Amino acid sequence: MSPAGPEARLLLAVGVGFVGLAAFPWLGSEFYVDLVVRLMILAIFAMSLDLLIGYTGLVSFGHAAFFGIAGYTLAMLTPAGAPADLVVALPAALLASALAAAVIGFLSLRTAGVGFIMITLAFAQMLYYFASESSALGGSDGLLILFRPELAVGGRSLVDLEDPTVFYYLVLACLAGVLLLLKGLVRAPFGRVIRAIRIDDRRTRALGFATRRYKLASFVIAGTLAGLAGFLEAAHGGYVSPGHLGWHQSGLVMMVVILGGMGTVYGPLLAAFAFGLLQDQVQDWTAYTGLAVGVFVIAVVLLLPRGLAGLVAGRSRQGGRLPP
Amino acid sequence: MDAAAFLVQLLNGVQSGFLLFLVASGLTLVFGIMGVINLAHGAFYMIGAYLAFWLTGLTGNLLLAVVIGVAALAVLGVVIERLAIGFLYRRDHLQQVLLTFGLILVLDDLQRLIWGSDFHSVPVPDLLSGSVALTTQQDYPVYRLFVSGVCILVALGMFALIRHTRLGMRIRAAAANREMASALGLDVGRLFTLVFALGVALAGFAGMVAAPIGAVYPGMGDRILILAFVIVVIGGIGSVKGAFAGAMLVGIADTFGRVLVPEVASMVMYAVMAAVLVWRPQGLFGRPA
Repeated sequence: MSPAGPEARLLLAVGVGFVGLAAFPWLGSEFYVDLVVRLMILAIFAMSLDLLIGYTGLVSFGHAAFFGIAGYTLAMLTPAGAPADLVVALPAALLASALAAAVIGFLSLRTAGVGFIMITLAFAQMLYYFASESSALGGSDGLLILFRPELAVGGRSLVDLEDPTVFYYLVLACLAGVLLLLKGLVRAPFGRVIRAIRIDDRRTRALGFATRRYKLASFVIAGTLAGLAGFLEAAHGGYVSPGHLGWHQSGLVMMVVILGGMGTVYGPLLAAFAFGLLQDQVQDWTAYTGLAVGVFVIAVVLLLPRGLAGLVAGRSRQGGRLPP
Repeated sequence: MDAAAFLVQLLNGVQSGFLLFLVASGLTLVFGIMGVINLAHGAFYMIGAYLAFWLTGLTGNLLLAVVIGVAALAVLGVVIERLAIGFLYRRDHLQQVLLTFGLILVLDDLQRLIWGSDFHSVPVPDLLSGSVALTTQQDYPVYRLFVSGVCILVALGMFALIRHTRLGMRIRAAAANREMASALGLDVGRLFTLVFALGVALAGFAGMVAAPIGAVYPGMGDRILILAFVIVVIGGIGSVKGAFAGAMLVGIADTFGRVLVPEVASMVMYAVMAAVLVWRPQGLFGRPA
């Protein structure tokens, strides 16, 4: 088989998947359209974390911070009794996430390894406790977002996100956009440098790259994309709460990345769908989802250290890592 | 704030610092000796508090509850190390984080399953329920002083164990060079099981003695774990001395933060952590990377 074989097949599979997703609203009931929206948002969130864990080698355990900040920004910008303006709210939310990522990243990147894991978690929990105790942010109940943002020109609504189908296609477009962006990014010279940093930070520095700056850039990009996911999640669910910022959120998305196989972008995308569906099923038959998910996580770590992707890639000659 | 009120807050801060030290030292020991980052450490603190509540209800005696509870937690530690943690020594931190995160989800739900989602309180033992007069107007509860005393004893005992006993020597040898220690005939696997059980018992013990001071509630372990992380980062990862300095700093800063700037109290210790990171990224007592 030619070297391009597996890559071409993967591309074909992802292409077919996207065609399927695009056709889905005509086939599925409203309930399932809703579910697929949530899965796609989780996929965007997971792919953004893969840029950090899988490509840059930065194990961030506070990724939900940027997810939640975007949601809170949307809630703050939504006036009482009217929708927010999409052209204002989306850039503002992304900017808020990017700024937070720049500050937290700047401080956290002073450490590495375990210290980095602990600090990113600590900063995310700081925001979690701040949101839970702040009355302006609604305390532990969070804030309601009664209207999804709208795109209006001169008082005429152009895009009505209240329509589930319209919202579905917006999320699908974001998913495709993030996938293309990340794929382009990891292929670009920037991507080669961050992958070199993951393998050996010191040598990359010795080659003349300011690795700290590359790591910070990667952290900010990942944080901004997590913000996009958080913005969509808050608009979709109609509320934002401290839970969006909390470490359960960070831990679950990290688990999706590992499950899918890190450093692949496609892997976390597929795992988000698989894991999201599984979680949805589990919620139907038990109130103790933590128990089920926890046992599942422990089993995956002990039995499948390279994730589900490792099962597939283990038989190929790719050495367990799919081509970028 | 007058002098007496200041003294009370200082005592509160020091007492909370001692408790935090017990938790953080277990975390830093397990990491320093075994190289494992254990997110479930806070969950063991919570289970300790619930055991104190449950066993005090059964036996009517906090001391007896603590003795039984610590033994039970040590056994739990041995079981978890044998079944799960033991497979992680040669894996990277990411996998340790995930597995212990899964452990938290399981332990949190088991706690809900067994004890429900209500808040509980544990009565202070009669013998220790009084208070002593600090000044003519200001009293201070005996139990809080007792907690500080017990924490000092446990910390000294741990120090003696690691520095001055044969077992401690073996543990230090295994931490310094696992292969060499095992080539010299030490059963490193068993030593690590013991260290992990010790860490679990320390976290649980802290949860038990803290139970009569605050409430016993679901998720109480999360907060303490984050505090322990902040402390370990401030003090320097793997350093017990650093854990002590960090715990005192965080305990006192947090207590005074609540009194002086209540609106932003929860942010104070993170500000301390950020300042330490900018000044000394490796922590107060950590070795430079």
